Amino acid sequence: MSRFTRRTFNRSLGATVALGALALPGSAPFAAGTKAQVVVVGGGFGGATAAKYIKRFDPSISVTLVEPSTHFITCPFSNTVIGGLNTIDYITQNYDALKKMGVEVVHDLVAHIDGAKKQVKLTRGGTIAFDRCVVSPGIDFRWEKIEGLDASTAGTIPHAWKAGPQTLLLRKQLEAMPNGGTFIISPPVNPFRCPPGPGERISLVASYFKKAKPKSKIVVLDPKKKFSKQGLFKEGWAKLYPGMINYHNVDNDGVVRRVDPKTMTLHTDFGKYKGDVVNFIPSQRAGKIAQVSGLTDNTEWCPIDQQTFESRLVPGVHVIGDSSIASPMPKSGFAASTQAKVCAEAVVNLLKGRMPGTPKFVNTCYSLVDENYGISVAMVYGYEGGKIIKIKGSGGLSPSGADANFHQKEANYARGWYESISNDIWG
Amino acid sequence: MKSFVIPAAVVGITVAGLLTGPAQADMASGAVLANTCFSCHGTDGKSVGDMPTIAGKKESFIAKKLKGFKMGSEDSTVMKRIAKGFTDAEIAAIAKFFAKN
Repeated sequence: MSRFTRRTFNRSLGATVALGALALPGSAPFAAGTKAQVVVVGGGFGGATAAKYIKRFDPSISVTLVEPSTHFITCPFSNTVIGGLNTIDYITQNYDALKKMGVEVVHDLVAHIDGAKKQVKLTRGGTIAFDRCVVSPGIDFRWEKIEGLDASTAGTIPHAWKAGPQTLLLRKQLEAMPNGGTFIISPPVNPFRCPPGPGERISLVASYFKKAKPKSKIVVLDPKKKFSKQGLFKEGWAKLYPGMINYHNVDNDGVVRRVDPKTMTLHTDFGKYKGDVVNFIPSQRAGKIAQVSGLTDNTEWCPIDQQTFESRLVPGVHVIGDSSIASPMPKSGFAASTQAKVCAEAVVNLLKGRMPGTPKFVNTCYSLVDENYGISVAMVYGYEGGKIIKIKGSGGLSPSGADANFHQKEANYARGWYESISNDIWG
Repeated sequence: MKSFVIPAAVVGITVAGLLTGPAQADMASGAVLANTCFSCHGTDGKSVGDMPTIAGKKESFIAKKLKGFKMGSEDSTVMKRIAKGFTDAEIAAIAKFFAKN
């Protein structure tokens, strides 16, 4: 069915669907001949997985994925592009496979999700009706929390925390930097997307410097006390990049108060740090569509029922991935994808008038300290007393003091993970 | 497409009954348990990278491997950390899922 026909059709049906939902509140099963409609907002790790797995669970459900871009550039493995190990092509995915399995992909930006009318409004005009909506909008930046920076300064001081042109910009700046230059990186406060991401970025920039401009230095200004996989990263840095990385945490003047993009200077409580290349990663909140559609609470993230990922604020709309409050799960691509599979099963069960099942999740975050030096953290999550819980005794970090063979294996598995998960979602 | 939703109750009763005593009514479905493996081991267990492929392996082999990781008798990098998060009944359901799909 063409996009135009579908939208026109939905517009005329919208009132009927809304009435139906009123008459049979909650998990009303669909009568024979009536096709349940799901709209998925966002085509990243969460959204694309949800669209695919709803179709896998029940091909009779009509699934429309709304995503502005025709190609999706993944944050996972974008540090390998910044470090010069891969080109951007390696991390560029598309929606051909989803279309082939019957997902209707609409390249537009959702302007608003109306939970009462059960429809999404598109920026270029028109609406799409849904019986259930799954939203996976990633993150938005809290620019207001840092003096001197906003979206317009990202062309000078990239965040590179949404992959794409920002990834390439940071790579270009590092390539242009002279040998002996200073790279400053400032990670955000918790919670934020990909907790081990800054550590991996520091590592792969250090790896590039070691090969291409060995006199260069890296200064880290981190407003936190500690960071993900800290012990494993520091062990790797001492072995591979001795003396190159100067790490300031909250107790050592790591909090940046103001940034001057003109002079490339970061001002802290006690000093100022001038860089040749500066990567400031702002503090974060739920993606914009979640904010404007009433899905966020005063934490600026989205409260959800942790069994079904249905919003606690807007019934019929499910929020997965970085935007959702799924703690103790981290905000990672792996977590978003495993949440999407649980949510997909719940959505299908609810549309069929069945009880949603019990969730179970896994998250494994691999990081590269160097091309052939991988580390990982893993955790298995269950569901108890209405909450996602860590399964006691499971998970944890790679062992400290492991040999080169172990780290080589974990680097190979990091690539194996990326190739399998991206193929599972977009392939 | 072949339906791959294994009713949780069936798996729970038949498998959990044999291995760990009483059935767990609130166990995740075989599909949900196995789907999360796909993130590393590929869709339906067909790995496209360095992780071992699970597809095509026998149910008894998969269950034995996972229990070996859990007990520490099988060497691994990350699987010993992950297998510890699953009950014997869940391991049996995962093995059954992969063997049947």
